[in-house]
Amino acid sequence: MTAIRVVDSTLRDGSHAVSHQFTPEQVAAVATQLDRAGVYAIEVGHGDGLGGSSIQYGEAPHDDLAKVAAAAAVIERARLAVLLLPGVGTKDDLRAARDAGAQLVRVATHCTEADIAEQHIALARELGMEVFGFLMMAHMAEPTELARQAAIMEAAGAQAVYCTDSAGALTMDGARARVATMRQRLDAATELGIHAHNNLSLAVANTVAAIDEGVTIVDGCLTGLGAGAGNCQTEVMVAVLDKLGHSTGVDLWGVQDAADQVVVPLQHRPQVIDGLGVTMGYAGVYSSFMLHARRAAERFGLDPRDVLVELGRRSVVGGQEDMIIDVAVELARTGGEGMASIAGSMR
Amino acid sequence: MTVRVAIVGTGNIGTDLLAKVHRNPVLELVGVAGIDPDSDGIRRARDLGYHATSDGLDGLLREFGDIAAVFDATSARAHRAHGEALVAAGVRSIDLTPAALGPAVVPSVNLGDHADAVDVSLITCGGQATIPIVAAVARETPVEYAEIVATIASLSAGPGTRQNIDEFTRATARGIERVGGAARGKAIIVLNPAEPPILMRNTVYVRAPGLDAGKVSESIAAMVADVQCYVPGYRLRSAPLIDGDQVTVLIEVEGAGDHLPPYAGNLDIMTSAAIRVAEGMDVPTSNDTAEVAR
Repeated sequence: MTAIRVVDSTLRDGSHAVSHQFTPEQVAAVATQLDRAGVYAIEVGHGDGLGGSSIQYGEAPHDDLAKVAAAAAVIERARLAVLLLPGVGTKDDLRAARDAGAQLVRVATHCTEADIAEQHIALARELGMEVFGFLMMAHMAEPTELARQAAIMEAAGAQAVYCTDSAGALTMDGARARVATMRQRLDAATELGIHAHNNLSLAVANTVAAIDEGVTIVDGCLTGLGAGAGNCQTEVMVAVLDKLGHSTGVDLWGVQDAADQVVVPLQHRPQVIDGLGVTMGYAGVYSSFMLHARRAAERFGLDPRDVLVELGRRSVVGGQEDMIIDVAVELARTGGEGMASIAGSMR
Repeated sequence: MTVRVAIVGTGNIGTDLLAKVHRNPVLELVGVAGIDPDSDGIRRARDLGYHATSDGLDGLLREFGDIAAVFDATSARAHRAHGEALVAAGVRSIDLTPAALGPAVVPSVNLGDHADAVDVSLITCGGQATIPIVAAVARETPVEYAEIVATIASLSAGPGTRQNIDEFTRATARGIERVGGAARGKAIIVLNPAEPPILMRNTVYVRAPGLDAGKVSESIAAMVADVQCYVPGYRLRSAPLIDGDQVTVLIEVEGAGDHLPPYAGNLDIMTSAAIRVAEGMDVPTSNDTAEVAR
């Protein structure tokens, strides 16, 4: 059936789950296993991309370039990928990452703001890198709007564009409709990707639905390690795609061993869907907010779910981690008076 | 005594400046220059009875003499070219692009320091909103690191801002260091498309080992009052949050609603700062006198 390329983001999106504490040695160990298992690309770096180390998103003890270089030193077959969010990282960061060994970049914006990435996408092409556009919080844009934004990234030079379900809020119909509309709108030579989160336990299901509508590039993380309740679990996804007859070229035992033997020992906590994770998917909140919301709720004596629901109600987008403190301060002051009830906040 | 000024650029920033200069008793608007004869900004200037040219800065300098200062509301790239032409013509620049050719000015922090500069940079909207807070901490305790996050409504970010995202983060980070006084600065910008549009929000994180919480809070309160003198909609969302060596300050900026609605505080704080700089020009020695002139 369809040939599917697997991009593993354990060492980038997965870093949210370890508060961006990966060391270059850990990066090398995981990348070695992923490379042997045959994934198409291995994404490395701070969870919020190049330049993401900050008080806002969490400070990483090791800089992105050291991690990229550590991966570059061990990878023999896979492409080495990085993430860049314009507004956080810059074109200079991209040049430096390329010099350190990055061959592929995903340039990410909120799903309605693709035009802020035009220069970065164009630069990546000039540098000879492979470039994918990454439209985050895709549940917040209707299919036609998402497709229109995808076309902006395509015109700027993106070779593939992603439907990125950062909040793990899409159900299968939502994923299907978005991908199908993007497929109709974009040039046949432009590939489509899906990046799913597992907050509603639908990451693999959404990935399969997206493939049915034309996606050929899929994201996963070993053990599902990642923001919120985690990402699409690479080793599960590879098994399912194999059963469905799609060819990924990934060795199923290889990714399982990498997950069980190399990644599990690195986890700070088991990667499960707890109540907070479900709430993120349910309220449509950026998955990276989870640990920040937990900390803020503790500091101000609140239920973190109240904080998340209020953030969802305010249509806060990815990158606005500072709004977590803002909302927590306000909830602590007002005791939640005037805030929406959970039921009232659901669209 | 009035200051003769002109505006180059007829996008959101130029058009907002037009409204503010129009009602300012100290500033006399000589003309407006754009590059698109059909632009809204050119039409608005003419509607208000001002000379307007679509031949850009060259047209402006050719048609009008005796201009004390030009507000440059174009783009970083365009200002690099304009800067030279203005120096040659003996006209001072008040630069609202992130080009950063001249010394950076945040009126509440260092207005008096560069009263004679031929080119004054207003840094960025995020810089105007956050650098005063960094400076308020730095005047009490050395600041090791300051980081700001500016979140603006998508609708308030015109093509200039969208094509200048890297310039924004770089110029703001530099301003945090040079004007704010932080040893190291970092800036992040986020666009939020929520409907109705959100007010401009800024978060400032400052790390200052050994800070005195009482003194720092007082210094920040005094600084906020100073900024409110020229941006009335500038306010804190809560008292500064102080946790050990780290201060977190949450700010929102409501605009005056001149060109764009009040959510566009980012536009307002930039143009209000620029007006403040221009007002000081007929009395180049101190900002005290400028306050009298207001």
